[in-house]
Amino acid sequence: MKYALLIYSAPDTSERPYAEAREAWVDYARAVKEAGILLGAEQLAETDTATSVRVRGGQRLLTDGPFLETKEHLGGFFLIDVPDLDTALDWAARMPHAASGTAEVRAVRTGMAWQAVLG
Amino acid sequence: MDTDGDPVAGVLEHAYRDEWSAVVATLARRLGDLQAAEDAAAEAFAAAARVWARDGTPPNPGGWLMTTAWRKAVDQLRGKRAIAVDPQQFPDTGAASASDAPPVTVGGDDQLGLVFACCHPALALEVRVALTLRFVAGLTTRQIAAAFVLPEATLAQRLVRAKRKISESGIRFEVPGPDALAGRLDGVHAVVYLVFNEGYAASGGEQLIHADLCEEAIWLGRLLHRLLPEDTETAGLVALMLLHHSRAAARQDPDGGAVLLADQDRARWDAALIADGTAILDAAVARRRPGPYQIEAAIAALHAAADSFEATDWPQIAALYGTLARLSPSPVVEVNRAVAVGMADGPHAGLAILEPVLASGALTGYAPLHAAHADLLERAGLAAEASAAWARAERAMGNAALQRELHRRRAATAGSELGSRRGEPAVVRYKNFPTGVETSGLGP
Repeated sequence: MKYALLIYSAPDTSERPYAEAREAWVDYARAVKEAGILLGAEQLAETDTATSVRVRGGQRLLTDGPFLETKEHLGGFFLIDVPDLDTALDWAARMPHAASGTAEVRAVRTGMAWQAVLG
Repeated sequence: MDTDGDPVAGVLEHAYRDEWSAVVATLARRLGDLQAAEDAAAEAFAAAARVWARDGTPPNPGGWLMTTAWRKAVDQLRGKRAIAVDPQQFPDTGAASASDAPPVTVGGDDQLGLVFACCHPALALEVRVALTLRFVAGLTTRQIAAAFVLPEATLAQRLVRAKRKISESGIRFEVPGPDALAGRLDGVHAVVYLVFNEGYAASGGEQLIHADLCEEAIWLGRLLHRLLPEDTETAGLVALMLLHHSRAAARQDPDGGAVLLADQDRARWDAALIADGTAILDAAVARRRPGPYQIEAAIAALHAAADSFEATDWPQIAALYGTLARLSPSPVVEVNRAVAVGMADGPHAGLAILEPVLASGALTGYAPLHAAHADLLERAGLAAEASAAWARAERAMGNAALQRELHRRRAATAGSELGSRRGEPAVVRYKNFPTGVETSGLGP
């Protein structure tokens, strides 16, 4: 099954030096790649640079900021393919930020009609 | 527990509960989908209600139900596939290879797999309880809702969401690997013990004991013990529940009032349950892998073996609580230890253990803490302080039957100059509270 491991963390809560955190993520990425389960991974720009878009009554409404004002923001994700939830949870627990932030694990739906278009 | 109207369905519900759980377990594992398994099993039981009423019960009811349920499941899958746009929607279901041959054996592994799925830590505790009672114990949604004083619709919704989460998030109907097994088994024990505790001293409502919930928990425990005979903590849990439940008849007076351990008529304790629980505990202890449930069961066994409250082996019980406090430290264990030490070495020794717990404020809303405190104060001759502590206990108690008893005690303390002069034996009020699970989180 495919899972998205969503990386939520509060800015600047980590007391670890930047270099150490960077190294931990490099190690994690390498481990995911070597396990042969990686489908994709991205890091998002800071949430205060986000722009939210709504269309209401044909009008485009823009908000300067994220959809939800929360303490912990979505900072990026790993998309992996593993046999079951337990395995996905193991990989989530290994994420460097899990000790201070939160890793949300969401199964990925397959076989949807719109996905057939993408081939 | 009421059996939901239809007498045939009622009979099936109870007499074939083993088969219900086994059928659901096998189908769930094959289909990877609890909803489909439940639907097929329900159809098979409905068919049984019709066919058995007409033709009599078949020689092998379990086999009959399994075969019928499997056919229903295959029919269901075929129906779904006919309208499905993309057969890839069913990539992993072993059943998609839909052979007409039903699964031959109903293995214990399937049932264990179902237990571990229902008790998966990715599900909220109250969800695990509901799933386990519905699919392992075979209770109806209405019965579970009634037992936990919840609207039936709320519980039904909870189950629907849980089934969807299991299938969509990829929770497997498997026994965890050796690395994860011990931790996951702890979680299963916690679910079973929570059900038992909710029956033993209902966290809310009028009734003190929901005996049916205790019996469901014991049934679940025995099932686990049969499937995992080597696991000593599973055995310890079963023994603990049997020993606690042996006192059920003596714990409640005819008016539904609570009768505390010291005042119970020990002749009304169930000797068969005590013998059963003690035998299971002895066999487990002989394997020399101690754990919290075995220790708690040993404490319960010492109570069960005592001819009277005064003749109880308090020093050994105090020592066992000491071991328990080292093995799995918690403020609740400290409260119980204080009570036992208070009996073994006098009220001041008990109060000394209670002091840090009271000071920490960790259990401020926990009625047994205040009841234990009140009793120790009373025995130490501090009537005014004791009366105040009884009042705190009464306020914190959610169970109406126990609240009435606490009120009576407070009045009794206030009515005597010194509690210890009443000529009554020194008593421990909440010795018989099970420890380990503090709150159920299952309130409405």
